[in-house]
Amino acid sequence: MSPLNFDTEIFINRSSFFSGIRAQLPILLGVAPFGMIYGALARSAGLPPEIAQAMSSIVFAGSSQFIATTLFRESAPFIVIVLTTFVVNLRHALYSASLAPYVASLSLRWKLLVSYLLTDEGYAVGILRYRSLSSPSGRGAGGEETQHDYYLGSALALWTTWQLSTALGVFFGAQVPASWGLDFALPITFIAIMIPTLSDRPSALAAVVAAVVALAAHDLSYKLGLILAALSGITAGLIAEQFMSHRIETVEKVNGSQG
Amino acid sequence: MLTTYLWLTIISMGVVTFIIRLSFIVAWGKFEMPPLLRRSLRYVPPAVLAAIILPELLRPNNSPLDLSWGNARWIAGLVAALLAWRTRNALLTILIGMIVFWVLQVMIKV
Repeated sequence: MSPLNFDTEIFINRSSFFSGIRAQLPILLGVAPFGMIYGALARSAGLPPEIAQAMSSIVFAGSSQFIATTLFRESAPFIVIVLTTFVVNLRHALYSASLAPYVASLSLRWKLLVSYLLTDEGYAVGILRYRSLSSPSGRGAGGEETQHDYYLGSALALWTTWQLSTALGVFFGAQVPASWGLDFALPITFIAIMIPTLSDRPSALAAVVAAVVALAAHDLSYKLGLILAALSGITAGLIAEQFMSHRIETVEKVNGSQG
Repeated sequence: MLTTYLWLTIISMGVVTFIIRLSFIVAWGKFEMPPLLRRSLRYVPPAVLAAIILPELLRPNNSPLDLSWGNARWIAGLVAALLAWRTRNALLTILIGMIVFWVLQVMIKV
């Protein structure tokens, strides 16, 4: 890293910045409709346009924005909304831990920017480049480290798309009559996101247990049922995982002793 | 809704999210992620999403459990889930799910 000043740490390689943007393009096509759906739903939930838009800039985390929109609609209290956001966005800690060694040499100000822009999609594209750090493709023509430019290019492209698509949704969402049942786009969107996460039995069990608890606890005050259901599901997943790994070990032991 | 309350809530949401994202980046080398937390994180998306989806489908507007043919939500949701499972195409799932929902609503009213 250059010791000269703040500005020379990143944005040293323009072509890497643009290849980061290019790498993010196919993902942006998928993200933009969600931004518009979010904007429209936030309006139909009764949020003022500036709040709906500011949430995209301040929070910048799609799934938690969708969930917060539901909670706002049902007048959930402050602490429940913030606590739910915490639980839903906790997965970003994994990304943070994964990126940490690659950005360790950056100054605090750049680390703050990298963190603010850290999303599912930004991480997915960026980490591939960071992992190729030691390979020739991870360096620019002058041999300098360009992976930060690449990450920022892809993350800023995502940020810009999210802000613009939110604005479109906020604008057009207000024109959609309530009788269209636009609010149903929310559970449908979540179904589309959830199904691929049910990749193994513990995950499926986590979903089933959470669903049953959520249905039973739906009448709990302050929308606490959601947090209770989520924690029950996570616990069930962990127990199932433990149980299955024990069983696999036992099977291996039995097979081993026979062989 | 009180505007100050809304601002306060979304700023707090932002701060919480930012701290999570910053956590390990800023504390690199100082502490490691507890293994239990690392394992738990896998189950957050399926658990949270299922906990939101099912009441939206089966108990709309805080009604008692509604598994009747008069409730278009759970039928459209079931179609969407099957579609998501078979195609893994999020936008297609949303589009068809909404169309099924609209068609069912019209049929139920008629």
